Amino acid sequence: MAVGATEAIDLSRAMVLAPTGAADWLVVAPVVIPLLVGAVLLMFRHETKPQAGVALAGLAATLVGNMLLLARILDEGPVVMTMGRWLPPFGISFTADILGASLSLVATLVALVCAFYSTTDIGTIGRRYGFYPFLMLMMAGVSGSFLTGDIFNLYVWFEVFLISSFGLLVLGSEHRQLDGTTKYAILNLIGTTFFLTATALLYGVFGTLNMADIARKADSVREAAPLTTLAMFFLLAFGMKAAAFPVNFWLPASYHTPRIVTAALFGGVLTKVGVYALLRTLVMLFPPERAILSGVIAWVAAGTMVIGIMGALSQTDLRRVLGFVVISSVGIMLAGLALGSAEGLAGSIFYAFHSMIVMAALYLLAGVMNGIGGSYSLRTLSGLYSAHPMIAAFALLLMLSAAGLPPASGLWPKVMLVRASLDVGQPWLALAVLATGFLTTLALGRVFILAIWRERADAAPMAAASTTPLLGYLALAALALPMLFMGVYPQPVIELAERAAAGILDASAYIDTVFPEGARP
Amino acid sequence: MEAILAVVVGIFFAVAIYLMLSRHIIRILLGITIFGNAVNLTIFTMGRVVREVPPIIPVDLDVPAGVTANPLPQALILTAIVISFSFFAFLLVLAFRTYQELGTDDTDGMRVAEPEGEELPPLGY
Repeated sequence: MAVGATEAIDLSRAMVLAPTGAADWLVVAPVVIPLLVGAVLLMFRHETKPQAGVALAGLAATLVGNMLLLARILDEGPVVMTMGRWLPPFGISFTADILGASLSLVATLVALVCAFYSTTDIGTIGRRYGFYPFLMLMMAGVSGSFLTGDIFNLYVWFEVFLISSFGLLVLGSEHRQLDGTTKYAILNLIGTTFFLTATALLYGVFGTLNMADIARKADSVREAAPLTTLAMFFLLAFGMKAAAFPVNFWLPASYHTPRIVTAALFGGVLTKVGVYALLRTLVMLFPPERAILSGVIAWVAAGTMVIGIMGALSQTDLRRVLGFVVISSVGIMLAGLALGSAEGLAGSIFYAFHSMIVMAALYLLAGVMNGIGGSYSLRTLSGLYSAHPMIAAFALLLMLSAAGLPPASGLWPKVMLVRASLDVGQPWLALAVLATGFLTTLALGRVFILAIWRERADAAPMAAASTTPLLGYLALAALALPMLFMGVYPQPVIELAERAAAGILDASAYIDTVFPEGARP
Repeated sequence: MEAILAVVVGIFFAVAIYLMLSRHIIRILLGITIFGNAVNLTIFTMGRVVREVPPIIPVDLDVPAGVTANPLPQALILTAIVISFSFFAFLLVLAFRTYQELGTDDTDGMRVAEPEGEELPPLGY
C-alpha cells in the first residue's frame, strides 16, 4: 500500500530534485574545507610537527575556494545551495552574495598570513593544546557566518567561532589570559544569547528564518509587527559582537592577553563579523527600521570611534593601544551603516576589507617589535630604527594606513564616508571620522616616535639584534602588498564594494536566487 | 496558554538579568543559564502552542489534515540547549580555573589583565 502512495506524491513541491551541479558545491567550500582540516588536525593533535603545514595547506585551499566563489558571483550573481534538498525556506540555504564572499575572502587571507606567522609564535605546547584545530574551526565558523542565508544558522556559526575563539584566547592559561578570557567569554555569550532572543521574536513574527524569505515578507507584516524593536535587538546583539560603544568593554579587557598571532587574528577578523551581521540584518532585512534608528546608530558610531581612539592615547602597552584602535575602526564602519546611502555603505565595506588587513598587520608588527625589542611597553621599547630600519619602514606604512593617510588603503574608504555623510546632510559625522583620523595619527605616531625613533636608553645591544625576523617581515609584506594595491589603485576595490552595497540595498537579486520565479507563489 | 508562558518568560528574564548584574562570577553564570532557558521558552512560545496534535502526515495524504503542533521550535530549542549547555560547561571550568589561579570570583578584584594604576606612556623623549 505504501509504494503506490509514495509514487503519487509530487516531490517537486517540497524538494530540489535536480542534483546539485559540481560547481555549486563551491558555495560551501570555504566552510567545509577548514571544518574537515580542523577535524583531521584535532585527531592528530599530538603530532605537533606537521600541524602547521596541514593548516597552511587547508587555509590556502580555502582561499582558492573563496576566490573561485567570488569570481563566480561577480559573473552570475548570488549563488545558493539548500541543505538536504528541501526547497527554501524549509531547508537551510547557504546564499553567497558579493558582500559575504568578499569578506570571507579577505578573512581567509588574514588567517592564512596569521597561520604563517604562527609557525614562530606557537611552539610545541601551543600546538599540543590544539592551536591549529581551533584556528581552522574558527575560520569555518567565520566563513559560515559570512555565507549562510538563514538567520538561525547564522547564530550557530556565531557560536562555532565563539567557542573556538575561547580556546584560542585561553591557550597558555596564564593568569592574565584566564582573567581576560573570563570577561570575553561571559560578555560574548550574553551578546549571542541576545541575538538568539531577537531570532526567537523574529521567528514568531515571520514564521520563517530564511533571510531571503524574511526580506520579501517584511513589507507585508510591517504594519502589524514591532519590527523596529526587533531591529534594535539586532543592533544591540551585533553591536556587542562588533565592540560598539557602549557595549565594547570585553575587547580592551581581553585582546591584549593571548599570543600575539591570536590577537592579530581576532583584531583582524572577529569584530568585522559583527559589522557584517549588522549590515545584513539592518540594511537588507529591515531598511525602514534602519532609517528610524539611524540617529542612534550615528551616535553609537561617533562614540565608538572617538572614545575608542582616546582610549588608545592613554595606554602604555602596545597591544592595548591596538585594542582601542580596533574599537575606533569599528566606529568608522558603523558610520556608513548610520548613513545608509549606497556610497556610505560601500565606504563601510571597503573600510572593512582595509581594517581586517591593517589590524592584523599592526598586531603582527607589535609581535615583531616585541621579538626584537623584548617588550610591549612604550616605556621601554626603543631604538628599533638604528637596529632594524626595515621594521621602521613597515611601521610607517601600517600606521599611515590605519590613520587613513596615503599611500596605503585607509584613505579611500574614509574619503567615501566623508563625502557620503556630507551628501546625506550629517556633516558632524564627517567631522567625527576626520577627528578620529587625526587622533589615530597622534596615537600611532607616538608609538612610532617612542618605539622606533627614540634612542635606546641603556645603550646595551638588543638581545636579538643580530637576527633578522625574516618570517615576520614576510608575513607583514604579504599583508602590506594588498594594502598598498588598494591604496594606489583603489578603483576595482571601490567597484567591488559598491556592487556589494548595491546587493544588500536592493535584495531582489538575492531573493530571486533563493526563490527562482515559479518555484513558489 | 501563551499568556501564562509569556509571564513565565518575563520572570525568567528578570531573574536572569538581576543575577547577571552581580559582581560574582558564579551568580553571573547562574544568570546566564536562566537567560538561556528564558530564550528557549521564548522560542517555544513564539512558535505558537498547539497541544496533542503531532505533526505527522497520514500515509494517504500529501499535507497534514488539519492544524498540527509546530515541530520547528523544538528543533531550534534542541540546538540552542546543546550550544548553551556546552558553553555553560566550558564557562564553569573556566570560572573555576580562574578562581583557583586568581583567588577571587569578584569581578572588581579581577585586575590582572588590566592592572590598576598603570603608568602612563612617556610624555616626551
